[in-house]
Amino acid sequence: MTAVVQFARSKSGQRAIIATVAVLAILYPFAFDPLATPMNTAIYVVAYVMMALGLNIVVGFAGLLDIGYVAFYALGAYAVGWLASDHFTGVGGETGIHVLVSDLIASSPGIHLNFFLVLVIAMIIAAVLGAVIGLPTLRLRGDYIAIVTLAFGEIIGRIALNGDEISLGGGHTLTAGQQAIAPVDQPFLPGVNYEFDSAFNLRPYYWLGLVLLTFTLFVNFRLRDSRLGRAWIALREDEVAAASMGVPLVRTKLLAYAAGAALGGIAGAFLGSYTTAISSNQFEFSFSIFVLAMVILGGLGSIWGVVAGAALLATIDRYIIPEVLDDLPSKFGLDFRLTQLSFGIFGFLLVLIMVLRPEGLFPERRRKIELTEGAGAADDSLYEARS
Amino acid sequence: MNAPTVPTSQRAAVVALRSFLGRYGLILALLVLPVVYGIQDLSNEGDLTRLGANLVDGLSNGSIWALIALGYTLVYGIIALINFAHGDVFMIGSFAAAGFWAAIGLTLSSGTAALVFGLLATLIVATLASAVLNVMIERVAYRPLRNAPKLAPLITAVGFSFILQNVGILWRGGGQQGVDDLIDQNSVVFELAGVAVTRGDLLAVGVTVPLVILVTTFIARSRLGKAMRATAQDPEAARLMGINVDNTISLTFLLGGLLAGAAGLVYALYQTNLWYFQGFRAGLIAFTAAVMGGIGNLRGAVLGGLIIGCIEQISDNRIGGQWTPVIIFGYLILIMTFRPQGLLGEQTREAG
Repeated sequence: MTAVVQFARSKSGQRAIIATVAVLAILYPFAFDPLATPMNTAIYVVAYVMMALGLNIVVGFAGLLDIGYVAFYALGAYAVGWLASDHFTGVGGETGIHVLVSDLIASSPGIHLNFFLVLVIAMIIAAVLGAVIGLPTLRLRGDYIAIVTLAFGEIIGRIALNGDEISLGGGHTLTAGQQAIAPVDQPFLPGVNYEFDSAFNLRPYYWLGLVLLTFTLFVNFRLRDSRLGRAWIALREDEVAAASMGVPLVRTKLLAYAAGAALGGIAGAFLGSYTTAISSNQFEFSFSIFVLAMVILGGLGSIWGVVAGAALLATIDRYIIPEVLDDLPSKFGLDFRLTQLSFGIFGFLLVLIMVLRPEGLFPERRRKIELTEGAGAADDSLYEARS
Repeated sequence: MNAPTVPTSQRAAVVALRSFLGRYGLILALLVLPVVYGIQDLSNEGDLTRLGANLVDGLSNGSIWALIALGYTLVYGIIALINFAHGDVFMIGSFAAAGFWAAIGLTLSSGTAALVFGLLATLIVATLASAVLNVMIERVAYRPLRNAPKLAPLITAVGFSFILQNVGILWRGGGQQGVDDLIDQNSVVFELAGVAVTRGDLLAVGVTVPLVILVTTFIARSRLGKAMRATAQDPEAARLMGINVDNTISLTFLLGGLLAGAAGLVYALYQTNLWYFQGFRAGLIAFTAAVMGGIGNLRGAVLGGLIIGCIEQISDNRIGGQWTPVIIFGYLILIMTFRPQGLLGEQTREAG
């Protein structure tokens, strides 16, 4: 038994585990029907893992508590809604604007860019907005940052909800308000002339998600091990010390916000395109907390931990609560469905993790040491704000 | 390197402008809405009745926010934690009030005496329910994390907020629900320069003012209040002086919960419409109020509550209720960015 554990802890052992998981993940769709529920669940899991990894950069690496992350999900999704649907009918005249789209869509009005172009644009818009949201928080610390990000997240959600009142001229509105922007275009591979279709086959979406996830993971690892990543971690541990060692605070913080937001934008665009409808009521505060719960459950700053935490919570949210346990209360004669309580369950999980295992399920080694040291150095955190 | 020389008089003017904006900028920003709509009213209708009505509604709504904001500010003052679940404690207080008055049989047809005594009993029940709940949350979710990084209790606070919201959903369902308008809150008691003052307005102010006076006197005068102030200043020194810091913190949560419960009852009577999400919304508004007044400052919380109530009413009435959160959060961001110490507060480390 110990030999197994030792192997699992060793470098080659970890590589073997990762390789196995990766192969299993790639082959996963073949175990199910192309339209089966587990496929749908898996696509959401992949998208949520991406979002959690993005948030991990802001909260886990740089230590800036962001509880308005839903803003970037919204932005990524709306990028798809704006640039790959009939929403802006009339832009570009009768024919509309089309870049690298399938023949099917080439005749519909509005702006229609290829999904992969939209992906890049979503990333850029989200990154810029992330930096803009970061600006006011530069002078603030701790929970004040959290509140400002929360306020921005709520403002963006509200603008999405009331966007049909914001006129952009030419009869166009910013969003479709309470209605969804639908349908949005599906991803299209121009070289091989293949168009995705979530009504017939979910497998391509899943694999596309895996590709994006791999990119996200790559970005996470490279950033963490870069000069910038070390600057983030220094910032997280002690802002004053980091600044006096020459870490440029403004740039480092803004880059953290921008990088985290960019990944959120990608995930948002992916989910937006998958759901084929961008409805404004899904961008709520509770979603920000849901993603934060994934990061915390896995272990702030620990990349594989966050992947595991996100996969776990996403499965609970998308599969276990709605599909498996939903009618559990009725079996005890209680008159409600468990899906009504999903956020209460996540709230409970948050409290439980924080009280029992604040470092998360798979903590980053450095973080673990910090936390255990913190317990010894006692009252520091409680009293520092008063001094 | 020679910096480009700016004429000294010009530089002095810039500095003067900066210090002026730093000191009065927030007040100017807060005056924008009432002044703009005041001028508009004057030019369109010739008098300020509509703005006056907005302000009366604003002050009575604001006094509810003030009660909640006091809870935020008390807790922040003593352990520097944003008690995110506070708004939901208020919501539970509201639900408890409505549940209790229904249970003791208060209806629209109840007589005045029964109504007065029944509502007093309801006030006690609602305040106790919220207070006990608040103390319990501190005990379960914050106390074990006293020595953890500062983000930890904030996260458990958010967790508890969600738990309470779900309790609310189980209690009264997911939609908005009307309750009996026991005090006939819309009936006009008197008119002040053409502006109607209703029973609801009087109730809100009539509950808030004594409570605020009571709490501020308690903190300023009593022995326990002294202990609270000492703990807020320096917990370690307070402990050395023989103050039981844990109990004092519990007491702070108790006081905050009492006020939230009272606010819950007033809200139920005044709005006659309950919703599990009301706490989240009210919590954010009240938090904005606390920050506006200067977090940790009791008078500031009350002032902030009243101001935010007025802004909310003006925005609801003129711009449209669906945009009110944007306006309020916009103010929150502005204040946090440019004047984190608020109107009356002092510089804290948090606010850098």
